[in-house]
Amino acid sequence: MRLIELSSPGTRIETGTLLFTAEDIIRFAKKFDPQPFHTDPVAAKDYVFGALCASGWHTCAGWMKMFLAYWETEVARLESQGVTPPKLGPSPGFKKLQWLKPVYAGDSITYSVTLTDSRPLASRPGTFINMMINDGVNQRGETVMRYEGTVLEFE
Amino acid sequence: MNGWVYYFEDFVEGRAFPLAERQVLAEEIVEFASEFDPQSMHLSEEGGKASILGGLSASGWHTASLFMRMMYDGWLSRSASEGSPGIEFMEWKKPVLAGDTLSGRSTVIEARALRSRPGIGLVKFLHEVENQNGEIVMRGENPIMIRVRNPAEGAAKGTV
Repeated sequence: MRLIELSSPGTRIETGTLLFTAEDIIRFAKKFDPQPFHTDPVAAKDYVFGALCASGWHTCAGWMKMFLAYWETEVARLESQGVTPPKLGPSPGFKKLQWLKPVYAGDSITYSVTLTDSRPLASRPGTFINMMINDGVNQRGETVMRYEGTVLEFE
Repeated sequence: MNGWVYYFEDFVEGRAFPLAERQVLAEEIVEFASEFDPQSMHLSEEGGKASILGGLSASGWHTASLFMRMMYDGWLSRSASEGSPGIEFMEWKKPVLAGDTLSGRSTVIEARALRSRPGIGLVKFLHEVENQNGEIVMRGENPIMIRVRNPAEGAAKGTV
């Protein structure tokens, strides 16, 4: 089964909600993005964001985490129905990633995926590229992150 | 005690800022993937070999996060950064395999003061991350907000 047969273009699917605790934010940032507004609640007050907030890369990694959790369930569901799930592969990249609002400690982000297009790759017969819009919305209904993602799919 | 050396005025078009070098260990690939991207090619050598990536390879989000740290250690920690509104594009060009040593640079492609936020400029960079064989593994462009050293001069330099 192809992804486009599973999810018609334009249909927005919520994949899950992730809570960003201060501990998670600081732990990620100390490894990858130790700017003061991501690691130090006091120092963060002196910056544009005004309070401790998650690294944008943490917000993105959260999208991936929730997508895979959703996908694992979806694969199991299809297999239980005797359907071969779409064979998704790596992603060649993304564009137009916007960090629209800071993700502050205590925020819960609900992620979603919307398939927009799917086409065969001329350079790799039997391989397709799927285009999608991925986003995250906080508990106040504000979109905090959005980007145009891609994922390869094999026949 | 901020230790800032680079302000908006220092980011002139064409200037390249080296990223800190960074070796990518198998354990950290698996650790990141276990939390955020638990696909087989990011979890074991066998899983990687069975995929088109050819071996245990970092999640693209791990590579992006490592790039962030390489940028921080390379030049961002000494810059008056106020964060970034996003990434215009990012391409994962080659797999990042366990044991690879990454390096690279951020090159200024545009710099302008922000009228909407006095005292802050927006600097657009081309970022390139390469492996020990000189192959580009990831590249992308993004704008970063950076404080102006002298707000009066910055305002005269050009606005949005």
